Amino acid sequence: MTFVMSAPLVEFRNVSFAYEEEIVLRDVSLTVARGQVVAIMGGSGSGKTTLLKLIGGQIRPDSGEVLVDGENVGNLGERDLYRLRRKLGMLFQFGALFTDLSVFDNVAFPLRERTNLPESMIRDLVLMKLQAVGLRGAARLMPAELSGGMARRVALARAIALDPRVMLYDEPFTGLDPISLATTGKLIRELNDALGTASIVVTHDVAESLALVDYIYFLADGVVVAQGSPDEVRASEHPFVRQFINAEPDGPVPFHKPAAPYAADLGLEAANG
Amino acid sequence: MKRGMIDFWVGLFAVAGAAALLFLALKVSSQSTLAVNQSYELVANFDNIGGLKVRAPIKSAGVVVGRVNAIELDPQRYVARVHMAMDARYQYSRDSSAEILTSGLLGEQYIGITPGADDKMLKSGDTFKITSSAIVLEQLISRFLFSKAEGGNKDSTEAGK
Amino acid sequence: MVNVLVNLFSRIGAPLTRGIVKLGFACRFFIAILRHSPVSLVRFRLTMREIWFAGVLSVLIIVVSGLFVGMVLALQGYETLVRFGASSSLGVLVALSLVRELGPVVGALLFASRAGSAITAEIGLMKATEQLAAMEMMAVNPVARVVAPRFWGGVISMPLLAAMFSAMGIFGGYLIGVQLLGLDEGSFWSQMQAAVDFRLDVMNGVIKSAFFGVAVSLIAVFEGYDAPPTAEGVSGATTRTVVTSALVILALDFVLTAFMFRGV
Repeated sequence: MTFVMSAPLVEFRNVSFAYEEEIVLRDVSLTVARGQVVAIMGGSGSGKTTLLKLIGGQIRPDSGEVLVDGENVGNLGERDLYRLRRKLGMLFQFGALFTDLSVFDNVAFPLRERTNLPESMIRDLVLMKLQAVGLRGAARLMPAELSGGMARRVALARAIALDPRVMLYDEPFTGLDPISLATTGKLIRELNDALGTASIVVTHDVAESLALVDYIYFLADGVVVAQGSPDEVRASEHPFVRQFINAEPDGPVPFHKPAAPYAADLGLEAANG
Repeated sequence: MKRGMIDFWVGLFAVAGAAALLFLALKVSSQSTLAVNQSYELVANFDNIGGLKVRAPIKSAGVVVGRVNAIELDPQRYVARVHMAMDARYQYSRDSSAEILTSGLLGEQYIGITPGADDKMLKSGDTFKITSSAIVLEQLISRFLFSKAEGGNKDSTEAGK
Repeated sequence: MVNVLVNLFSRIGAPLTRGIVKLGFACRFFIAILRHSPVSLVRFRLTMREIWFAGVLSVLIIVVSGLFVGMVLALQGYETLVRFGASSSLGVLVALSLVRELGPVVGALLFASRAGSAITAEIGLMKATEQLAAMEMMAVNPVARVVAPRFWGGVISMPLLAAMFSAMGIFGGYLIGVQLLGLDEGSFWSQMQAAVDFRLDVMNGVIKSAFFGVAVSLIAVFEGYDAPPTAEGVSGATTRTVVTSALVILALDFVLTAFMFRGV
């Protein structure tokens, strides 16, 4: 295992979280350093998105600590939380562009809301960010006029508008055609290296992630079951990792949802007995 | 939607709303309750106020000069005491009289004031000395019926002779 | 036996508890809106857009409905009044019923179904498409940026719309009474003016519509914000906005009327 020795930007220390009775995360520890792109992988409902919400401070851990740039998110008041969020940029699953604003106004939104920059400077910054994702030509369009991949890139431009230190990606590859998918992956890597951010990519797209990221955590039922660099993961003999990478329908993640014995449900046992 | 267009329409909307309110204020309604500083209070006692209501008009020669403010029962003398807010522009002499009248046969009841001839004027809080009560239609009808019945009996006895 | 009872109680109790929890959340939400209102009043352009959305776009339905309600009132009222030879009071009947009751109440019902449902759907969809969460992650409070302007837009629009409804209704009554049925124009207006009091009738109507504006706007933004982030969730919330608004408007109307016109 290779550890980047600079101070981690995001760190989970033995974090547990439960929605009422349902345990979502159990004793999760992980670190993401500056310049790193880390993937969190796992099946649907394995607590991946909860992880991002914990970093953003939208929910607080039941136990353990979530540190972002050295600050314990769980202990921050509302004002400090809002200050901390300025260091975060998040790309939502389907972009989450504001449908009543144009592409330009969407990217300008965080600048207008969070800074006192003059409009002329905002204009330049917006065009720079749009140029970075290759969509300067779409500035005047409305979100409804964009394709899924373009909307995702505009959202990316919006997320980096305030030059965040940590980028969070919630399922960035879902529902994209192969070309848009590759473009998005390339952008994530390039932006991370150019801006010197720490990136966390929550995904279940194995092939794209292995090519893209520096480190992978596997999450199942709220527990980190495996971790490692892409090469280690490819060579891993861990049954869960094998099932995930090879996309096998049955394995540690069972094909069947736990239920009463099949025969009993069909009433056969009752007939026998 | 351009910003300028939104501003234009919202402005127009505000103007239309204000116009509607102004229409309701000027054309539809009138300020009938008098402001406190422009009115003074007079009191009148009646044996029976009939159907007189709070806010009923007080008229003099058919012109509205005030409104009924409050109606209560005097617990000692068991008469109705009516408080009236009078327009400060109109003063009445001390021997003026107040009576409860009905506009039309079934109309609203109001207080009519007949001015007197005394030199001294009624001041705020004074009481009318001369009042006459409401004509209660039921009493009027029953009196009429009784007199008619008495008359009818007389007729029939005369016819029997 | 005990099980059946427990079952029964929990079946009655569960929706009740849910309702109370929801009401409590709504109260907390209302306070949050008030706390975050300065932004929407300082940056009035945000509220401006919502006045356009809730108010201007509702003008057509309000004006047309008001006109027809006034015309129907005049026709029906005339039928009754003419039997008592009191057809000259038609203006009074139309104006009083509109200014005191129909303007605020029907105006608010129309407002709830036209603008309230749209506000709920808009906020619900913003939530379902994670726009509100995105805003939060950009350190912009969605209650201040999205909810409060919509709330105030509705609150400001409602009394104006109710006044327009009443004015159009009275105009409709005038069209039928004077132009169609041939009543004397002078006595139509003068009787109306003599019988309708500005403070007691017109202003109380305006106060009523202001209350309705607060109620409908609060219900609309709350249902939108509280909607489950799915297609069914948003459509259910939209329906609930209209139904709850209608019930609250009518109940509130009773309470307010009892306060305002008692003993008069």
